[in-house]
Amino acid sequence: MARRELAEINAGSMADIAFLLLVFFLVVTTMNSDSGMKRLLPPPLPPEFVPPDVKARNVYEVLVNFNNDLLVEEKAMNVNDLKAGAKEFLLANGDNVLSPLGPALDDFPIRGTLNKDSINGVIRSFEELIKQLETELEVASDANNIKAIEKEIKTANSSLNSSLSKMYAFEFFGKYAPLPGSALISVQNDNSTDYETYVRVNNELEAAIRELRDEVCLAKFGILFNQLDAADEEDKKKILAIREVYPQRISEAEPLDVRGFGG
Amino acid sequence: MAKFTKKKKKSVTPVSTASLPDIVFMLLFFFMVATVMRDKDPLVEIKLPKATEVEKIKNKTRAAYLSVGPPVDKKRGSDPVLQLNDDIAEVADIRQWVEDTKNSKDEEDRKKMTWVLNVDKETKMGRISAIKQELRQSSALKIMYQSTEDVKVSGNR
Repeated sequence: MARRELAEINAGSMADIAFLLLVFFLVVTTMNSDSGMKRLLPPPLPPEFVPPDVKARNVYEVLVNFNNDLLVEEKAMNVNDLKAGAKEFLLANGDNVLSPLGPALDDFPIRGTLNKDSINGVIRSFEELIKQLETELEVASDANNIKAIEKEIKTANSSLNSSLSKMYAFEFFGKYAPLPGSALISVQNDNSTDYETYVRVNNELEAAIRELRDEVCLAKFGILFNQLDAADEEDKKKILAIREVYPQRISEAEPLDVRGFGG
Repeated sequence: MAKFTKKKKKSVTPVSTASLPDIVFMLLFFFMVATVMRDKDPLVEIKLPKATEVEKIKNKTRAAYLSVGPPVDKKRGSDPVLQLNDDIAEVADIRQWVEDTKNSKDEEDRKKMTWVLNVDKETKMGRISAIKQELRQSSALKIMYQSTEDVKVSGNR
């Protein structure tokens, strides 16, 4: 039997056409996906706002001058040491999670103590308050009144959430010693500070917090902090607990003309 | 010897190139999907700072860019200028721009906007602080300092 050859359409030029298009897209494509450091700006302050008094020991003060030099807690510091410095601040005086309780050092925030019953009491009282406010909301008719109650519910809810975080932290880490609510890292830069230095400083501070969170998460749960799934009920609790122990409180003061340090 | 060569008639079977277009098309589609066409002309030169603690912008329709850097057009001098959309703008224009940008998005995106500061690393902070104050006043609070991702040197990884 004779073989019959199949007549084919010559598809050779198809490859050429596709190559042409391919080269075009290769040239046009820029592969960089945008990335950056996320930040939340504070909402505009009411004009009558008076900044609260914070104890110097509760603030990790970072000043950056026009020459991109750092003054941290009134000592000159290299930016490479900033991460270690911030970690020291967050761990000092012992949080009972990563660092053992020790004798209280003067320049660092004094740790609080937590009592499980008192947290539970606070949670219950807030829950009752919210319930009560909700029933008030149902009968309220005046528009202004409704707004006021809704605002109250919102603040009660945020207080309830912070107490819940404390509870979760207590459940996971036992008797941990919380940072005082006013403890924060404060960054102040000069108007002539370079943007690069500013980003670097913020990056180091953020890295310090992330590494502490990762460390505790790895020790307790065996995974990294950013691997926890916020959509999962149990993981969500873990996230809140770790955030409670190592809060990301980096505040930014209004820029000054921090000319030289101490003249 | 001739005996043997005669026996086998050699026919060279060419390698089939029929699958070549398929492969090329596959690549083509990949690049077509991955391509993001640049939609605005940069009027300022930007060298981004480096950072390790970065996140990616997942949804580009929910991002709006403010670029600050020395102008490409040397006639404008070398002082950093602000670019909004396709124009050089003043800091005072930011409020209107935020309003307009929000209005051009749909309801869902509007609440989740990220305002990306695409700033040259040699810019002085005074300018950026002024911009940030304007953003605060316009309630554009979720911001991002755009930076190139640097490899984490130490840590737990």
